[in-house]
Amino acid sequence: MAVAAEVPPPAAGVATATPAPTGGRNPRRRQLTGYLFVSPWVAFFVGIYAFPLGFAVWMSFYEYFFAAPGADVDRPFVGLDNYRDALTDPQVRQSFGNVIVFLVINVPLTVVVAIGLAVALNAAIPFRAFFRTAYFVPYVTASVATIAVWLWLFSSNGLVNKLLGPAAPDPPFLINSTLAMPTIAVYVAWKQLGLYVLLYLAALQNVPKELYEAAGIDGAGRWGKFRNVTWPGVRPATTLIVVLSVITGSNLFTEPYLLTGGGGPNGASASPVFVLYQRGIEQGDAGFAAAIGVLLVIFVAIVSVLAKYLSEWGTK
Amino acid sequence: MTDTTAVVAEVVEPAATAGQPPQRPRHQRTILRLVPLTIGAFVFLFPFYYMLIGSLQEEPDTSVGGAFPNPGNLTTNNYSDINGSIGLLQSLVNSGIFTAAVVFSTLFFGLLAGYSLAVLHYRGRGVAFATVLLVQTLPFQLLIIPLYVLLVRDYGLGDTYLGMILPFAISAVAVFIFRQFFLQLPVELFEAARIDGASEFAILRRIAIPLARPVILTVTLLTFIGPWNEFLWPFLVTKQTDMQPLAVSLANYISNLASRAANPFGAILAGACVLAAPVIALFIVFQRHFTPSDIGSGVKG
Repeated sequence: MAVAAEVPPPAAGVATATPAPTGGRNPRRRQLTGYLFVSPWVAFFVGIYAFPLGFAVWMSFYEYFFAAPGADVDRPFVGLDNYRDALTDPQVRQSFGNVIVFLVINVPLTVVVAIGLAVALNAAIPFRAFFRTAYFVPYVTASVATIAVWLWLFSSNGLVNKLLGPAAPDPPFLINSTLAMPTIAVYVAWKQLGLYVLLYLAALQNVPKELYEAAGIDGAGRWGKFRNVTWPGVRPATTLIVVLSVITGSNLFTEPYLLTGGGGPNGASASPVFVLYQRGIEQGDAGFAAAIGVLLVIFVAIVSVLAKYLSEWGTK
Repeated sequence: MTDTTAVVAEVVEPAATAGQPPQRPRHQRTILRLVPLTIGAFVFLFPFYYMLIGSLQEEPDTSVGGAFPNPGNLTTNNYSDINGSIGLLQSLVNSGIFTAAVVFSTLFFGLLAGYSLAVLHYRGRGVAFATVLLVQTLPFQLLIIPLYVLLVRDYGLGDTYLGMILPFAISAVAVFIFRQFFLQLPVELFEAARIDGASEFAILRRIAIPLARPVILTVTLLTFIGPWNEFLWPFLVTKQTDMQPLAVSLANYISNLASRAANPFGAILAGACVLAAPVIALFIVFQRHFTPSDIGSGVKG
């Protein structure tokens, strides 16, 4: 096989830092190989992400429900009806309210404890590797397994209530309409903290040491150094952690389903994804559920932007 | 779908900070740090210890004393109970097939795509890479309903392994990590092999993959955790109990069957121990590979 006399120019318009291939057996064949190698990814992207995403948005404008296989059913275009129904549905509104309760408790708790543990861990101390591993174990363990032990700890007869004695809440945590969602918020903080401690630990490495010395010369104490050097220095990590918490909080399903037995008393811990599952899959109203999904994505986007501004507030 | 696990790899080994003027004696400051850290470790680890203790109790003992092993109250009956109720072996086999298939296809397709995006030149490569970045920001909650309608209702993949596996078959995080790794290898390495007449597939197999072994291990570990722990998707796909992975069959046991067992918490906790043990063991054995600094630079990008 002769090398083609006129070598076609390497893919135009593709930004690349590497020099254009000079040798090679056959550039056109390499071009084909490139397509061949990347095609499973492209097929996956289209089949699992792009098409279903479009399908979800399309479905949310139709009265789309499940029918027996093969049955020819009418699924009329209903415009924004699904959105109007979702926005006025008490169950849906309650579930979004529950996410806000979750965030108000979970986000400050997560940020304060994670930065505290990360600062304490960021020094030459004994058993450092042990602590880091210990904090990370809940994060890598299956939710279903950790929920099992939380169910036991927080059950009406559980260890937590035994320790609280007369102060134990009545009704107990997981079937108490005021405490069900806060308990989930604490559980999720416990489960995710290991990741956030590691993120803060990594961010602390990027805070210039000279700033601490300068602050020391200016007479700053430990708190002053934290307030003026550490906290502004880890701000990007704080933003990332707050956004990750918002995404986690908006995606809750396993926790309300298992920990508080299907959305808690009177839906007090039902999450939007849980409602989406009940209405879309259990009751077969897929168009309505798709509208909840779209609303949820808009909600996450708005709260994430707010959270970004909030986490930057006071550091300017 | 498991975007956040990738950031784990971002953490570099932190260097102990020095250079702050000592305000208190060193050992006093160390103790000041150790107190909150120890309380933290207790809070994080106690539930796991309690899970194990609870799974071995004949009579559930929720008193404070019950947190300590009591030789008169020890049994392995809870493990046979849960095995009798949900068929532990079949559930473990299902979890194993689901997880192994996801790990294998993530590695296979991820290596191909990563190599293609890093080393080969073709029109549209930039667009293909943009889709990788895009997927990491897409919300999975919007996909639940359409994927369920398409895979389970339209294509009839309910109660099949394929239906469980498909949405997790390739990970954008894996493609990204492999691409970053191959980008940092010297171009001359590949050019030399090409001049010798090797095909691109041979170069990938004989040169790129052997060099990528540490990254492959990291991606394997990160990918393993996802499907092994996953609940929502396999829960939607599988209605037959003999197709359910352990996370799903245990969850169904918790919400439906537990009330009928003699010691429901004992059996639930025994199942939880079986579900948690493989991942915790892998994590402890390979914990260094969850934090290699060379990937850190890649994931930050």
